Amino acid sequence: MTSPAHTLVQAPVAPAVPGWSAKTPQPSWLVALFDWKPFLVFVCLLPAVGLLLAFLTYPLGLGIWLAFTDTTVGRDGQWVGLENFEYLFGDKLFWQAVFYSVFYTGTATVGKFGLGLWLALLLNNHLPFKSILRAVILLPWIVPTVLSAIAFWWIYDPQFSIISYVFVDVLGWRTTYFDFLGSAWPARWSLIAANIWRGIPFVAISLLAGLQTIPASLYEAALIDGATGWQRFRYITFPLLLPILAIVMTFSIIFTFTDFQLVYAITRGGPVNSTHLLATLAFQRGIPGGMLGEGAAIAISMVPFLVFATLFSYFALARRKWQQGESND
Amino acid sequence: MASIITRRDTLRLTVAGLAAAALPGSAGAQVPKADVPPPKLPIENGASLRILRPARFVEPDEVIFRANTAKFQQTTGVETRVDFVGWEDIRQQTAVASNTGAGPDIVIGWADDPHVYTDKVVELSDLAEYLGKRYGGWSFLGEKYGKRDKTNNWIGIPFGGTTGPVVYRKSAVKEAGFNKIPNEHTEFLKLCQGLKKNNKPAGFALGNAVGDGNGFAQWLIWSHGGALLDEAGKVAINSKETVAALTYLKDLYPTFLSGTLSWGDPSNNRAYASGECWLTANGVSLYFALKNDPAQRAIAEDTDHQALPFGVIGKAPQTATMLNAMLFKHSKYPNAAKAYLQFMMESEQYDPWLTGCLGYWSHTLRAYGKSAVWDSDPKLEVYRNGTDHQFWSGYKGPITQASQTVAAEYILVQMCASVASGEATPQEAAREAERRSRRYFRG
Repeated sequence: MTSPAHTLVQAPVAPAVPGWSAKTPQPSWLVALFDWKPFLVFVCLLPAVGLLLAFLTYPLGLGIWLAFTDTTVGRDGQWVGLENFEYLFGDKLFWQAVFYSVFYTGTATVGKFGLGLWLALLLNNHLPFKSILRAVILLPWIVPTVLSAIAFWWIYDPQFSIISYVFVDVLGWRTTYFDFLGSAWPARWSLIAANIWRGIPFVAISLLAGLQTIPASLYEAALIDGATGWQRFRYITFPLLLPILAIVMTFSIIFTFTDFQLVYAITRGGPVNSTHLLATLAFQRGIPGGMLGEGAAIAISMVPFLVFATLFSYFALARRKWQQGESND
Repeated sequence: MASIITRRDTLRLTVAGLAAAALPGSAGAQVPKADVPPPKLPIENGASLRILRPARFVEPDEVIFRANTAKFQQTTGVETRVDFVGWEDIRQQTAVASNTGAGPDIVIGWADDPHVYTDKVVELSDLAEYLGKRYGGWSFLGEKYGKRDKTNNWIGIPFGGTTGPVVYRKSAVKEAGFNKIPNEHTEFLKLCQGLKKNNKPAGFALGNAVGDGNGFAQWLIWSHGGALLDEAGKVAINSKETVAALTYLKDLYPTFLSGTLSWGDPSNNRAYASGECWLTANGVSLYFALKNDPAQRAIAEDTDHQALPFGVIGKAPQTATMLNAMLFKHSKYPNAAKAYLQFMMESEQYDPWLTGCLGYWSHTLRAYGKSAVWDSDPKLEVYRNGTDHQFWSGYKGPITQASQTVAAEYILVQMCASVASGEATPQEAAREAERRSRRYFRG
């Protein structure tokens, strides 16, 4: 691509300095190679791609391979084809984990985005102590998940819950303690609440960044035209926020769907398997249970859901032409 | 009644244990030993050993173990290093060591592990037979877990076990009209109903609790004469005994404290220590935690232990969580490793460790029944023969990886929990447990 520059035809001109010629020296083959774009691209990507291949592709490939074998922790396995998947297809527990993973992700995402967007809109205004508030908001996200999980474990404890204490011993509104984690649906909702609490900061701060890129002049123009608050949100804020929303939603769905720590630390998947996510079930079957092949199969079965979620976020929410790299529309 | 050991006494015992470990010959003096020639194990030149074992549960466990190891290093010149690993991690580390053929020489792991890695461990029969002859024979679970199934080859040296009998408040049981825990099911149910009526309920873990959950589920099934496997190793959980056990649970569960369906392993400890639960099953650590805390001394004084109710089978349906030492074939210094295991099991080292742990670990060699620790507090009596219980995980069948998986998947616990919560009838729950277990015992 650079060679045309070297073969530019120049009108012969009498040199001002004797002995100087207009011809530039031919580059060596090495320089030419590095100037050749495809090669340059390859070389620059090599370290990053190399690391990815070594540390991500190999484990991923191994995981996929394990899903088709009957490996256990104690011994090597042989190829069994789709046998693990056939068993899982008929396993009530597996489908329960699928149901709860989808339900957990769906409900928690709706909660996180609803509350996160509201929080971002509030923080976008001029508030006293704005910077401190924004930093404090980030705390639930920063605290290591296991720590907040243990804290929630205490909050949801059947005997020692602070919420039960307040309602029963302090206010006297109830006579018995709450049983947060003792039956299926209360446990499921309790975990979703814990997840929403953890996830709001990520959504709020990211959406706040997006809100700040919306030019104020648009709002001013809308106000002049007599738009109400809701109309401003619906026609200006929301459409311009969609690209950020798409990205944040993709990440949030992936993190929530593959959540492990929160569920494992609080209920270990109980009571009676009602709060098992695919990740916790895969771990329980694979590692303490020793059935690595089956655990890998459960983990791999998460992939279609994640791919679907990513594609949905990408295509449904990022519809504007300029988000796909073309000129402004 | 019983003389309560004060904190000072406890410290004294620990210090005595440590001192005894340092002085050769005086330690373990009251443990009877036979004069048997030890196996010839010439230690290799330049040997060095790496040992892996579970993390301590009580502090003296680690302190004395390390002191004993240092003594071994001093006496033989073999460089030894002991690493203490979290309980939930050691199984995985054992798996890695065995599968990669590298890593620690000795792993003092959980009971079933040598049976999972049978081909990767060195046979230890010479050492085991020597120890058995010298110290009055091995206990039932010692032999069960040490020997390869249906053979006389030792693939592990069982170090000790921890068991979970009934821990109860004497005053509450008396108030309910009983002097001790009854062995018959109907009487036991009456006791629990009485406790509940007096607002001093019992509580057993029915959540995904590795130790307590499996312990309770196993007690329920075994005491009614049921079992997970038959002698041939086939799944036999779906039986009328199991259904009878689950039907019994439907009457027993309403007498429990609320929330036991979500109890993990520490939950019953917390509930008992705070006076919310008045009868449960646990290891001796609960009792000692209460004894050493002046604020809860009163609860400790009111506490007593008893073997789990016999039910229809005439003996205590409980097992023990065993520490089982295995030596990997990839070790470069097998003789040094065997010498180490022998050294640690000799009374000069083992007795101080047993005493210092205050009864937390029960011994596997019968002569240690005469150790000072068992006479120090009458309430420890039920732990003295902790590893002589006639039940194991995977009873009545052989010990394999699959029985381990059943425990890790909480199949029995969830069978009980689903009946207790009303989600399934006893028949459905037993069928579901059978379906899930069959998956792991196939092939």
